[in-house]
Amino acid sequence: MSELRALYTLWLREIKRFIRDRARIVISFVQPLLWLVVFAAGFGARLLIPGVDYQQYLFPGIIGQTLLFTGMFMGVSVIWDKEFGFMKEILVAPVSRFTIFIGKMFGDSSAALLQGVIVFTFGFILGIPFDPITLFTVLPIMLLITFGFVSMGLIIASFIGSLENFGAIQTFINLPIFFLSGALFPISGTGTPEWLQIASTFNPLTYGVDALRTIILGSAWTPVHPLYINILVICAFDAAMIAIGTWAFSRMK
Amino acid sequence: MLKEKNKMAKAIETFQLTKIYNSIKAVDNLNICVETGEIFGLLGPNGAGKTTTASMLSTILKPTSGTAKVNGYDIVKEASKVRKSIGIVFQDPSVDDRLTGRENLYMHANLYGVPASEQNERINRILKLVELEDRADDLLRTYSGGMRRRLELGRGLIHYPKVLFLDEPTVGLDPQTRDHIWKYIKELKESHEITVVLTTHYMDEADRLSDRIAIMDHGKIVVLDTPSKLKETLEGDVITVKANKIQGLADLVTKWLEINKTHIVNETLEITVQNGKAVMPRIMELANQNDIYVESLLLREPNLEDVFLHYTGRSIRHDSTRELQGLAAAQRRAIR
Repeated sequence: MSELRALYTLWLREIKRFIRDRARIVISFVQPLLWLVVFAAGFGARLLIPGVDYQQYLFPGIIGQTLLFTGMFMGVSVIWDKEFGFMKEILVAPVSRFTIFIGKMFGDSSAALLQGVIVFTFGFILGIPFDPITLFTVLPIMLLITFGFVSMGLIIASFIGSLENFGAIQTFINLPIFFLSGALFPISGTGTPEWLQIASTFNPLTYGVDALRTIILGSAWTPVHPLYINILVICAFDAAMIAIGTWAFSRMK
Repeated sequence: MLKEKNKMAKAIETFQLTKIYNSIKAVDNLNICVETGEIFGLLGPNGAGKTTTASMLSTILKPTSGTAKVNGYDIVKEASKVRKSIGIVFQDPSVDDRLTGRENLYMHANLYGVPASEQNERINRILKLVELEDRADDLLRTYSGGMRRRLELGRGLIHYPKVLFLDEPTVGLDPQTRDHIWKYIKELKESHEITVVLTTHYMDEADRLSDRIAIMDHGKIVVLDTPSKLKETLEGDVITVKANKIQGLADLVTKWLEINKTHIVNETLEITVQNGKAVMPRIMELANQNDIYVESLLLREPNLEDVFLHYTGRSIRHDSTRELQGLAAAQRRAIR
């Protein structure tokens, strides 16, 4: 019971901090819009994907990208907490490290999910057909994707001391995951180099983006993997990250 | 029954408590008892092992060997129970400045499992105690360093700890705020009937607050007593002399006046004697006869600084690294 209350308070703190940081929320709109409007206009004129318009094709990919980038970036809260000393207050509390990790992870995931939902509404503005039912089926998938990447960000941050290093490592990891996920272009099609196809199968975001496309684009999209496989892979990724995260937090001093 | 009572009387008891870092004994077979309800001062220079001791007692660090009991719980085997029963106020700031004062307190209450029904009342009481009621709903980033410190002190009490660990509570604060904080610490101790373990390198702080003081050096307790008893052990007065040939004068005093307790600190000769008034003219005489120019001659009661010097052979004032650390902490507090 007391662990649950601790979990709630850790979650609430991340939410409060996120909501109070309005600049970050506003700035976060810009990047996905650039991809969806500018990139899609130029790239889409050259790349033809059977059955769907390129902007529609890109849209679920950019949702996945938002979840990846913002999720991973959430780890910065750990760096700040270490820098400003609040981490000590949390770590000496009579609360298990598992609870501390999960509380922070849920809080950061909620914040990242919120950004994902904002990007989702852009689809409506851009004329991508969607209905409320789609939103509610897509939300759990988005949340599952978020869990894994937020955990990954927290794990990296728990090992790293400075903000600069965290930023550098982020870019180093984010871009390969993004490019190898099929968010920007189809990976399974003929003519794609074999190494790229193999690399993408080890990428959790590949399954996330495929699941998002399956739900958002409906019959217009031919899934790479069946939906249940996608979900299973994402869940396995989440479970692994949570396990590593708990370990990473328990060795933090 | 009687045995049980005896156990309860000791807030902290250590058994051969030892911590070794890279083959250096930071804390060396420590055996101390802290009585329930006292303010226990751990005084020592940088690297004396006082923070390491406090960290082990508050289960932040694991001892290399030996153990201790805090509130009757073993710090190794029952770390979680120890944590629930203690409060810690760190030397460095440890508040969230993007939350309000009240939110910081609620968070602490939840982390320490304070029942929801009691949280409001306890938090309001604490805010009143540290005089932050009118600023409770402002973000912490708008607080001054002293206000944050007060909030941290109050926060350490929300879960009704039996022992409160204070690590350098007033480092980097201005004299007025320090005075305030000392007042709060005394009040908190009285109103909550708690035991306080205070680590400090400030003599005046240890003197004003502590019921008993343990002077630590090289991981061992050099001496442990009440501040007044410690000062009494020096038996006499302290004469401080400023002169041009300080070492020469020290040798003369030792040779002709048969005084062995002389120390040179900061270009000043400090002499501990039984009857200071009678010795002062003799020092002047000696100086005159040997062409030593005396700038000033001062007679005073011994303070803790002298006690420290007496037992460790060096002055704590010269501990510049410690001062620098304090300054760094103060800056961290200021830039936020």
